[in-house]
Amino acid sequence: MARRRKDKEMAANVRLMKRPEREASYLRATLKGVALTFRHMVNPHKVTMQYPEEKWALSPRWRGTHVMEQHEDGRPKCVACGLCPAICPANCIRLVPGEDDQGNRYPVVYEIDEFRCIFCGMCQEVCPVEAIHVGQHYENSEYTRDNFVYDLDRLMSQKQPSTLLWDPSDPASE
Amino acid sequence: MELEPVYQVGQLSTTGFLIASVIKVLIVFLVVLVTVAMLTLLERKISAWMQDRLGPNRVGPGGLAQPVADGLKNILKEESNPGQAHRVFFVLAPMLAITPAMVTFAVIPLASPLPTPWGLVEMVIADMPIGVLFLLAFSSLGVYGIVIAGWASSNKYALLGGLRAGAQMISYEIALGMSLLSVLFLVGNVRLPEVVWGQQQLGLWFAIPLSISFLFFWVSAFAETNRLPFDLPEAESELITGYHTEYSSMKFSMFFIAEYAHVLTVSMLMATLFLGGWDIPFWSGDNMLGMADGTVVGAAPAVWKTLLTLLAFVVKTGFFIVMFMLIRWTLPRFRYDQVMDLGWKLMLPALLTVVTVTAGTILALDSAGVAYGLVYGLVLTAVNAVMLGIFLLVLDRGRVLSGGYARQEKRAHARAVARFHREEFEVGHGAPAEG
Ligand code: SF4
Ligand code: SF4
Repeated sequence: MARRRKDKEMAANVRLMKRPEREASYLRATLKGVALTFRHMVNPHKVTMQYPEEKWALSPRWRGTHVMEQHEDGRPKCVACGLCPAICPANCIRLVPGEDDQGNRYPVVYEIDEFRCIFCGMCQEVCPVEAIHVGQHYENSEYTRDNFVYDLDRLMSQKQPSTLLWDPSDPASE
Repeated sequence: MELEPVYQVGQLSTTGFLIASVIKVLIVFLVVLVTVAMLTLLERKISAWMQDRLGPNRVGPGGLAQPVADGLKNILKEESNPGQAHRVFFVLAPMLAITPAMVTFAVIPLASPLPTPWGLVEMVIADMPIGVLFLLAFSSLGVYGIVIAGWASSNKYALLGGLRAGAQMISYEIALGMSLLSVLFLVGNVRLPEVVWGQQQLGLWFAIPLSISFLFFWVSAFAETNRLPFDLPEAESELITGYHTEYSSMKFSMFFIAEYAHVLTVSMLMATLFLGGWDIPFWSGDNMLGMADGTVVGAAPAVWKTLLTLLAFVVKTGFFIVMFMLIRWTLPRFRYDQVMDLGWKLMLPALLTVVTVTAGTILALDSAGVAYGLVYGLVLTAVNAVMLGIFLLVLDRGRVLSGGYARQEKRAHARAVARFHREEFEVGHGAPAEG
């Protein structure tokens, strides 16, 4: 009976820790706090990065918006094999293949909807001629949603370095 | 007390007085407005540094033009007037808040008197014989703006904020006035230049011989300006933003400016009352008192002395302002009962004792024939140091302000009483069926 009542009491009341005055004193805590804020005021560890001027160095494996590699004469390296639209889990690559007089295949339409893309990098992995790459880039802002559909010209004019999906010097990482 | 030398500079003519006054009003008003704007920037900068951030740094060099951008934004923003609000009082409240804050600068002496070819110019806009009383009266008028804002908004949070502001200001006004009493005892005058002169004569700034009054004045100054840890009227976590919840654009900005103007006034006031005003320490070349008839008692006035003392005053005021900000970003807000406990149960009785003891000491010193000077000050210092020690000891024992620990005894007692009653009940009626 007595024990039960005590249990009930504990449930109803918040238990207070018995703290020594050294810890409970408002005065000392205030002085300590003021000293702390003062230390930070005169010697702030300025960790803020001034974003537009300074930027983080991206990892070489960062996967961002795509880059299409091109030949010296400006033709895209893509041979319209159709592997990347096939593997793309987000189904965001639209490819219409074409063939020229010599029988070389080339993409007539090649679009990537960067809004739907999940940046998995599988298109880069699967590409037999290393044409499409994900890039080391993260600043994506546009005024309309349509602008996020990158066509072939836009993909070829991207300036960012393309991603290294694995470390070439380390075969185990592949 | 040996007689001080007197310098005859000459009285300003009535026209000269008018012109000098207008110039002083214009300059002080402009400087105060700019300073207040800069204070908002300083606050943001200092808070940023304390939190290891950088603070505003995009507008102008190092963010210096940020107040301009803020002001412009506030003026251009849409003003919303709540439909339920009482229009007249709703519009009146921000003005009521800002006016007293802007008027109080008039009586604070900013520097030593300035000798000019036309006569002596006091470095205070209005050298009133009732300076301190005027200041107290006007700074407590500020609460009307807040209470009316809270009431006129027709918003429950605003109303609660206004009520809290009223209760808090009235409670701490008492402490403020009482801690001021010791200063007035010592100076025997309410004219602020005389207060400065009194400290120069004593050879000690009143912060030392009246240390405990200084401490109390400082604490109540925090409460009077509604700054953290006493910012209950605008407690964001409980009351959105309290009394100015419904205010937007420039009307809100006016409350904001009023708060900073109050901080500035109170800092100036504390510098004047307790840190010697424009007095430069360890130098007697600036110990002077300008009289209304154009004479100066004490050292010879000079233009460069005016400038130097002005600098000293700015430094002292700056110290208090930075302390305001330092405390603000250090301490969390009090609970409402803690504020009232501190004001009524601790500061009021303590101050009554302090005032009595200080008055007794001054009376004893006067009747013992001790000259007003360093010895006089040191005796007072000793008495005050003892009182301060006792007070800090009491505070340190956690009776008033600590958290759960201080209330543990109270709670244990309440529990024991409840158990006792319950057991009595059980004895009388048999144990209640517990399930
Ligand atoms: S990164 Fe993945 S989701 Fe994006 S286009 Fe390539 S395969 Fe599709
Ligand atoms: S996998 Fe490569 S070559 Fe094949 S369609 Fe895609 S980009 Fe072109």
